[in-house]
Amino acid sequence: MKKILILLIILAAVIFLGMITGSVKIPLNGLFLQENRAIVSLRFLRIFTAVISGAGLAVSGIVLQAILRNSLAEPYLLGTSSGAGLGAALSMMMGVSAAFLPVSAFCGAILSIILVYNLAKQNGKIAEQSLILSGVIVSVAFSAIIVFLLSISSKEMLHSFSWWLWGSLQAFDLKLLGGVSLIVSAGVIAIYLFSQDLNAISLGEEEAIHLGIDIETVKLILIMITALISASLVCICGIIGFVGLIVPHMMRLLVGPNHKVLIPTTIIAAAIFMVSCDIISRSVFPPLEIPIGVITAIIGAPIFIFLLKSKQRV
Amino acid sequence: METLLKISNLSGGYGKITVIKDVSLKINKGDFMGLIGPNGCGKTTLLRLLSKIIKAQNGVVNLEGKDITKMGLKEFCKKAAFVQQDTLINFPFTVFEIVQMGRIPHLKRLQQETKKDLDIVNNALEMTDTLSLKDKFVNELSAGERQRVIIAKALAQEPSLLFLDEPTSHLDIGHQVQILDLLSKLNKQNNLTILIVIHDLNLASEYCNRMALFNEGGIFKEGLPKDVLTYQNIEAVYKTIVVVNDNPISAKPHVILVAGRPACRQAGE
Repeated sequence: MKKILILLIILAAVIFLGMITGSVKIPLNGLFLQENRAIVSLRFLRIFTAVISGAGLAVSGIVLQAILRNSLAEPYLLGTSSGAGLGAALSMMMGVSAAFLPVSAFCGAILSIILVYNLAKQNGKIAEQSLILSGVIVSVAFSAIIVFLLSISSKEMLHSFSWWLWGSLQAFDLKLLGGVSLIVSAGVIAIYLFSQDLNAISLGEEEAIHLGIDIETVKLILIMITALISASLVCICGIIGFVGLIVPHMMRLLVGPNHKVLIPTTIIAAAIFMVSCDIISRSVFPPLEIPIGVITAIIGAPIFIFLLKSKQRV
Repeated sequence: METLLKISNLSGGYGKITVIKDVSLKINKGDFMGLIGPNGCGKTTLLRLLSKIIKAQNGVVNLEGKDITKMGLKEFCKKAAFVQQDTLINFPFTVFEIVQMGRIPHLKRLQQETKKDLDIVNNALEMTDTLSLKDKFVNELSAGERQRVIIAKALAQEPSLLFLDEPTSHLDIGHQVQILDLLSKLNKQNNLTILIVIHDLNLASEYCNRMALFNEGGIFKEGLPKDVLTYQNIEAVYKTIVVVNDNPISAKPHVILVAGRPACRQAGE
């Protein structure tokens, strides 16, 4: 409880810092001035997007890590990112209005999950290894198609597509952001309701059955919730790597693997991580902005390597 | 004797393959029943059928008079718990957290453990002599300690029946005896009925009050250790020459291997 409180205080501090820093510095007492209102509300939206995307990705990461019993799994493992990319690329190619871009990305992500899930299914059961493998296969195949589509298309499309690959927290559509945050919050709450099941599943599938968990149903529900979360996030902020991997892992070191505690702690920590990365991305080369995915990767990759190496030592 | 688990004409396996063929067996309340037999004869498959991991192709299993296919999984898990050969846990749960998970079948979603649940957990830790380990991480325990913790988790389910699948095959003889002594104590003091798959015939002989010798998916012989562990039965099923004596301390049958002799396929006939 104490740890959660400390994290909450850090989160409040980081959000506050995020509000005042950026290409235009706003002093403390300027936050509520009329003339700054436009910038302040824009920054608020960015921070809100950062919190939502961080929480959604990290909690999806937790679910896949428990189901695959591998603390190095991440939310895009099941092909959502390349599925969304393919959906977007196809709709751009066909000249569909930009307003429908998120919808086609979402459909692409959901279709890729359904494809991965069915490829992995054997005798009505989902084996962990085949889930990982079919995720990789679908991702690679879809990425190849995306690159093919981009290579035969115009330069502008290539440019408008690049933000997908490295993520952005610039919300351009309020309604869309509202819808996505609704889906993500509902999904995260639903996952929290399964925290006991996730504890049992992290012991192994047969162990979970012996504790009375209807494993195949629970797995299907949880995988579909994470698919919904990552698919809807990919529509508004593209692909943001490492959050779903690093934050749950670090929080497991901090509060342990019990999901009843791990999930809320991770939500707060992921929000801190994303808001901080956003501050860095806005303040390194102002007024230029570095894509958020670049920052999360630069910070995340070394941590990931460290965790991987320290895991091997055990 | 009251029947706890009644297996009637059970057949089952994986996909279209039938491993267990038409097995009928009664397990009474308070039994310490050993399932023995060569590798691949279907003992583990039988346990998986009995514990609702796989569905039967044919036949009925009744637990306390109720068909297990008509029981909800949680309801079933309040009555029967399972201990696997070895449970490798990748996440750093503490011993207490692991044993507490044994309460999951008794709890509703998000329901907090009550004082009574925690008492049951503490009691399970005490009975398995793991109370001193309760704050340790389960992935840092030795194999013997881990197996005791897994048994504690099973006890926290408050089952009347405990399935065990070769729980001692990774352990040295000291820890094997420690685990089986523990099971024997639980069997006698708590009237916990035990159904154990075990490879070591002499350990089975020492601890089980009844045993069933499996061969090719069916029961070859069932009864008291002294009726099952005869050299004729063992040679016929294992195709290995043995001598059966009495253990000088316990007077239970003791199987001695005869090395380097060609197997006698006609033994016992």
